[in-house]
This record gives sequence, structure tokens and C-alpha cells, in this order.
Amino acid sequence: MRKVVKSLFAVVMSMSLITGCSSGNSSSTNNAAQGANSSGKTELSFYYPVAVGGPLTKIVDGMAEEFNKENPDITVKPVYTGSYQDTTTKVQAAVQGKTPPDVAVMLSTELHTMMDMDAILPLDDFIAKDGGSEYVNDFFPGFLANSQVDGKTYSIPFQRSTIVLYYNKDAFKEVGLDPEKPPTSWDELVQYATKLKKDGRYGVEIPSSSFTYWMFQALALQNGKNLMSEDGKKVFLDTPENVEALQFWVDLSKKHQVMPEGVNEWATVPSDFLEGKTAMMFHTTGNLTNVKKSAKFDFGVAFLPAKKNYGSPTGGGNFYMFKGTDEKKQEAAWKFIRFMTEPKRAAQWSVDTGYVATRKSAYEEETMKQYVKDFPAAAVARDQLEYGHAELSTHNNGKVTKLLNDTLQSVITGQSEPAEALKKAQEEADKMLAPFNK
Amino acid sequence: MGELRAKWKVNMYAWLLLLPSLIFLLLFTFYPVIQTFILSFHQADLGSPEPFFNGIDNYKQMVEDEVFWKVLTNNIWFAIGTVPTSVALALGMALFANKALRGKSFIRTAYFYPTVVPMIAVANIWLFIYTPEYGALSHVMEWFGKGDMNWLGDQKNVMWAMIFMVIWKEAGYFMIFYLAGLQNISQELYESASMEGASSWTVFRRITFPLLMPTTMFVSIIAFTNSFKLVDHLVIMTKGGPDNASNLLLYYIYETAFSFWDQGMASALTIVMVVLLLLVAAFQFFGMDKKIHYN
Repeated sequence: MRKVVKSLFAVVMSMSLITGCSSGNSSSTNNAAQGANSSGKTELSFYYPVAVGGPLTKIVDGMAEEFNKENPDITVKPVYTGSYQDTTTKVQAAVQGKTPPDVAVMLSTELHTMMDMDAILPLDDFIAKDGGSEYVNDFFPGFLANSQVDGKTYSIPFQRSTIVLYYNKDAFKEVGLDPEKPPTSWDELVQYATKLKKDGRYGVEIPSSSFTYWMFQALALQNGKNLMSEDGKKVFLDTPENVEALQFWVDLSKKHQVMPEGVNEWATVPSDFLEGKTAMMFHTTGNLTNVKKSAKFDFGVAFLPAKKNYGSPTGGGNFYMFKGTDEKKQEAAWKFIRFMTEPKRAAQWSVDTGYVATRKSAYEEETMKQYVKDFPAAAVARDQLEYGHAELSTHNNGKVTKLLNDTLQSVITGQSEPAEALKKAQEEADKMLAPFNK
Repeated sequence: MGELRAKWKVNMYAWLLLLPSLIFLLLFTFYPVIQTFILSFHQADLGSPEPFFNGIDNYKQMVEDEVFWKVLTNNIWFAIGTVPTSVALALGMALFANKALRGKSFIRTAYFYPTVVPMIAVANIWLFIYTPEYGALSHVMEWFGKGDMNWLGDQKNVMWAMIFMVIWKEAGYFMIFYLAGLQNISQELYESASMEGASSWTVFRRITFPLLMPTTMFVSIIAFTNSFKLVDHLVIMTKGGPDNASNLLLYYIYETAFSFWDQGMASALTIVMVVLLLLVAAFQFFGMDKKIHYN
């Protein structure tokens, strides 16, 4: 019997250990949830992702520290949460666990998904009390396009990008092309790429992994219109214009042979460009600082070539706020968003990273003016914003985007024909969107 | 009566000792499995804010889902491609490492090394190897005067590229089990065989291989379940592309749960995978077990 008592004691001990670790966890989340700690300070949890190279976490931490200095009654705790995908997953887990972060940066395209989950707050009341339309209208419309539904604003643009054409000026000179005249139309793109191609160097590369839909959107926009309706309830995939755009993409490899066949990896395309393995590339402006630092040759940045018109989707992440946080914290979170999007900070952020500054007034800042003067390429993305449109974002966004990516890759790898593949994708997407069109 | 009490006491004591592990097992294995099972009969996606019971709808949809079949077929090919080869290779490596007179520990380390490297690092290394134009493999192909191949960007090549990489990673791990198995075979058997003048092939076929059977069975079960559990490399290398050519069941479950936010379907897929693995393990365990000699 004594043995039994002893072992019982051991069990109780181990039980208390288990509950010990779990209660330890819950107490820390409780602190975060209560927000106001004993000294009357408001504590904010801030989730953010990093998607491009460079010491971005340091920059974000530095900005948060500055904010904490300026606002002694608030403490922002930045939490680096991995990639965009990881961040969304963590936010989602926190929302379901009833402990949402107070503010987070997520892809601007998560808008409809977050609304369907009933997770995010509309920001109109905060905006009305603080700067109103003057504040909102200072953002480039191309960036705001993914923030608004039914006249309400749900997110504030922060780290935003768009697609531009990078080209190797030295290679241009080598084949007798004018390095100050990048291709402006699809026809010119093919002509130049054909001239630039030689053994060991392709004319142009368009990445077709990870963000396949994004590149396709650029071609679709250049040939007419965007892929989805503004309310994210419909997609237009199988239009004749889109078939033509996809055919053009495939032809670059198959017919003109100026681009490698098969799927070109998102991350290796910039390496190919820097290695001189391709003379031109389509890529995000988020890579501008990286290319600037690493290129051993003279390079230029230009608008993406036009078919009917210029065009590129925007991309990147916005600030969101969440339901189920208390009002005091919401006020503080809004203050933080305002702080992070101030013109001088938006300008500095753009210089540090290569992302496009989200506000028009940021380009009036001294730092920005100086930067653009020394490095005119930095202004190309901003000027192209005139032709910038919303990134693909629909209800059931994850499914629809993957469907489109798979379809495009199947055409690019020669498994199916553009017209047929897009028709099938349209049917599938209609099914996916049906529950939201009732 | 006293006997019963004594028995009860012993049993109770055993249960008490098991209790801590049992609690963990219940909390982190059985409870989630049951929850998943229940959720798989519910519609729980972005279109339905409150999950509701929908019978076997998820399973019906799954049967109609082309991607599901593609992913399942991929996974079966992946298993066929990786399991027998890596097990055979492991056996060969173990025999060699066991026989090697000089540099025994060096050879073992060399064979075992890929196992120690985390999968994410392995994926990054092989990503470089497979890069067209200036990747390591492209350079080698160039020496042989072969054209350039886009290994990961082509539907026909991508699965082979993955299978090759996984065999490289897994074989060393299974070799360790075989080495342990070889240590367990008594030397007397080999001595008497050499007295009889048996050829080394006969020795292998009649002594080594049959006596290693328990190890072989254990290793094949591990290898098979691994072929369904490996997803890390997909995240880094292909995201399941091009057009799902390298997508595997577990990665598809991950996508369904955390990118489509369709938890009902993700649960249904999980149940299918668990049942599949249980069936195969049961077959290996009860089917093959009869043919195995244990010492």
C-alpha cells in the first residue's frame, strides 16, 4: 500500500508539472490579452512578415522602438512571424483562440478571406476622427484598391510593390540596342529579346513559380482588364484577351525561344539576371535594393511593356486590425498605424527596402527626393502606379489562386493549351465562388 | 478474494505508472484524431461561418477532386520510387560499412551524414544542385556534353528529382538499423558456413538476409510512412508544382487547411491518409510477420 501511495504522489507531481507548463502559457497570453499592465501602459502585439532579402526585422524593430519613445503610455511588441503565409496562419490561429493580435501586416489580398472569417475591423471610424479623406486619398489608388469593399476601408497600405522590367544595359550595348530605350511593347520585347539571346544567355525571364498568377495578371492588364470583379465574387479567366496573353507568355519559350522552357523559379530569376544568364526579367520592385547592391553591370528599370496599354498589379502587405480587442488598444493600434505610415517613414522604408512608398507626399520628402535623384530607377515603380491595379483577391482566395497557378503552370509546361485550360479554370473557379454569389 | 485484491493492486500500480504518458497520448493523439474524425463530416470552410453537419459530402467531393487523385497517385509513385531503393541501398551500405577494414567509422559517418542535416537545409542544397544553367548538376551535364535540363520546372522530371534526393537522405538512416541487425547475427553461423566452403552469395542468401528480416520489416514500415510524411522539401523547392506534379498528400492537406481554410475537407483528407497508413502497416505487420524468422 505504501508503494501505491508513493506512486500516486509521483503521478500527482507529474500532473502538476503538466498543468504547470500549460498554465504558464495561458498566463502570458492573458497578459497580452488584458493589454493594460499594472503601470497603466497599453501593450500592443504586432505581427509582421518578411518577404524580401535584407535586414528588415532590424528596421521594423527600430521603428517600433521609436514609436514607444514618442508614446510613453504605449508599448508595441513587434513579433516577426515568418513568411506572409506563416503570418496569416498564426493570425488565424490567434483569432480562433480568441486572442487576436492588436495589429498585423498581412497580404492585401487576404481582405475577403478575413472578412469571411469575420476577423477584421473596418477602419473608417478611426480614419474619420484622424485625418479623414485627406489621409486616405494621399495613398496611391493602385494600393488602396485591395483595401476597400462596399465603400469601407479595412486595411492601410504598408509594404507595397509592383512588377517592373529590369534590363541589363551592358548587354543592350553589346548587341547594338540603345540602353536608354527599353522595350515598350510586346512586339519590341520579342524583338529585343531575340537580339539579346546568345549561347548561355536568354533574352527575358518571367518567373512562373509561387506567384504565377501575379505575372499573368500583368499580361492580362496590359491586354485589357483585370482578372476579377471589385467585390471579389467573380473572376474573368477565359476571355479572348487572356487567352492571347497566355499564348504570348508560352510563345516566348516555345515559338521565339528567348526564355527558358518549363517553370522558372521565382527566387532564381533574379540570380539569373545578376549572373548575366538573362538580359531582362519581370520581377517585383521589392528586389530593387537587392539588385542595386549585387549587380556588377549597369542595369535599368522600366515599365512592363504594353500591349493595348501599360499595366501591372500591385502586391505586398497592409496593416489590419482585429475584432475582439478592447477599445483602448484599438486606439493605440490606430496610433501606431498612423505613425508607421507617416510620409517621412514611408520614404525611409522605401529607401531601405526597395518597396514603393505608399503615399504621394512621401515623394516630397527630402530623403526621397535625394534618393530618386541619385537613383532614378526608384521612381519607375511609382510612375507605373498610374497603370497599377488591384492584385488578384477573391472570396475563397487561396483556392482560386492555386487553381489559377496550377492552370498556368500546366500550360507553361506544355501539358495543355491556353484556351482550353482557361475555360476549364473558369468553370472550376465559378464553382468555388458559388457560395458567395447567393 | 485476497488474490483478486492483490491482482487489482498490481494492475492499478501498472496503470498509475502509465498514467502520465497516457494523459499525453490522450491529449495530443487520441483527442485530435477523434476531433478530426468528427470534423470530417462537417462543412467548415470560408463559405460557412458556423460549421454544420454535411454527412459524407467532403468524401464525395474528394472522389470528384482531380487534384486529390493526382496527389494520391504521386504519393504512391513516390513510395514505390523511394522505399525499395533506399532500403536496398541501406542494406548494401551496411554490409559494406561492416566489412570495410580501414576507415570504418569514416565510411559510416559519410553514409549517415545526410540524415543529420535538417530537411530544410537539404532542400536548399538540392535546390542549388537542380538549378538550370549554373546549378551543380547542370555543370556536370555540360562536361558530358548533354543539354541543360530544367529539373524542377518540368512535370516529367520533378518527381524523379525529388525521389533521388529523398533516397540520398533516407538510406543512411536505415543503414544504422541494418548495422545494428548485423551485429546481432552470431559469428558462429558464419564460421560454420566458411568451414562448409559456402560462397559469399550463399552466405548472404541463406544466413544474413533471412536473419535481417525483422530489421527489413521495421525499416520498410518506417520508410513507407516517411514517404507519406515528407513535406518540408516541397515548401522550399516546388510548392507542389508545376501543376501539382510534385504535390504529395500531406502537403495537399496543409494547403487545404491553411491556404484554402477548408477545415472539413482537410479533416476528411487526414482521415483518408491515416486509414491508408494503418492498412499498409497492418499488412506489413501481419502479412509479412509470418514469413519472418526471429532468433
